[in-house]
Amino acid sequence: MQWNSFNDFLAMGGYALYVWGSIGACVLGMGIEIWMLKLRRRAILARLLRKELTQ
Amino acid sequence: MNHSLVNWFKFASPASFYPLVGRLIPFFATAAAILTIAGLWVGLVVAPTDAQQGEGYRIIFVHVPASWMSMFIYCVMAFWAALGLAFNTRLSGMMTSALAPTGALFAFLSLWTGALWGKPMWGAWWVWDARLTSQLILFFLYLGFIALQAAIDDPRRADKAGAILALVGVINVPIIYFSVQWWNTLHQGASVSMTKAPSMAHTMLLGMLLMALAFWAYTIAVALMRVRCIILERELTSGWVKKNAME
Repeated sequence: MQWNSFNDFLAMGGYALYVWGSIGACVLGMGIEIWMLKLRRRAILARLLRKELTQ
Repeated sequence: MNHSLVNWFKFASPASFYPLVGRLIPFFATAAAILTIAGLWVGLVVAPTDAQQGEGYRIIFVHVPASWMSMFIYCVMAFWAALGLAFNTRLSGMMTSALAPTGALFAFLSLWTGALWGKPMWGAWWVWDARLTSQLILFFLYLGFIALQAAIDDPRRADKAGAILALVGVINVPIIYFSVQWWNTLHQGASVSMTKAPSMAHTMLLGMLLMALAFWAYTIAVALMRVRCIILERELTSGWVKKNAME
């Protein structure tokens, strides 16, 4: 363990903006990608269902 | 006819690939989640402070895996593209398109985290250095691939055009990889080498490899999710979709 306290951990030795900005961007990017895929799948299934009902 | 050949081509048909992939996604998604937690724990909590860069070096745990993935995904796209052109299989084109947005995301994250690392260490968000510039070109190649496919209405023609772009663009990957050796660059050399013993602390290396595996598992899970969407969108009118899609 490299850290004395949780605040220490958050401060990242003065590099908080850079380290958390990097990790945050990755989490955000991947989160958005998964979310968009879920929306895309839901849209296709809704279309399929509509087609099923009209036939 | 040879038996193993028959079995392989069976899974090249979207109708049998779709349910198979559906069973694989939860496995890779779980692996990605566990590996990410383990990798971030080792990288952010266990790994020691760097002697030169202090805590700022911890960007490496996302920067290097994202950069590796961005190059690797492009190679996999080129592989599927070549397969698609050679055998004219529908699934190859679908796999190539399914990988492109994830590759673009990783190329972007590589540039973004690189900028956030460059600023405190070099004093600049961006420099027109060989490594950075060739990585930027990779990002544009991904965007170009996506735009090209989106611009062509017929999916089979879009696949062919995209395949050629993927194959031509793959020349950029070795240029990125060797740019730090071929030219004088600000960017540091390879973090991990096959020929030399690792120069960094074992826990640093472990954290980086865990994160690389996590990004691998993530990429496989997401690409398979996307290829399932593409299969459904393209085969909406065929009979098997109605039976199986809802599962």
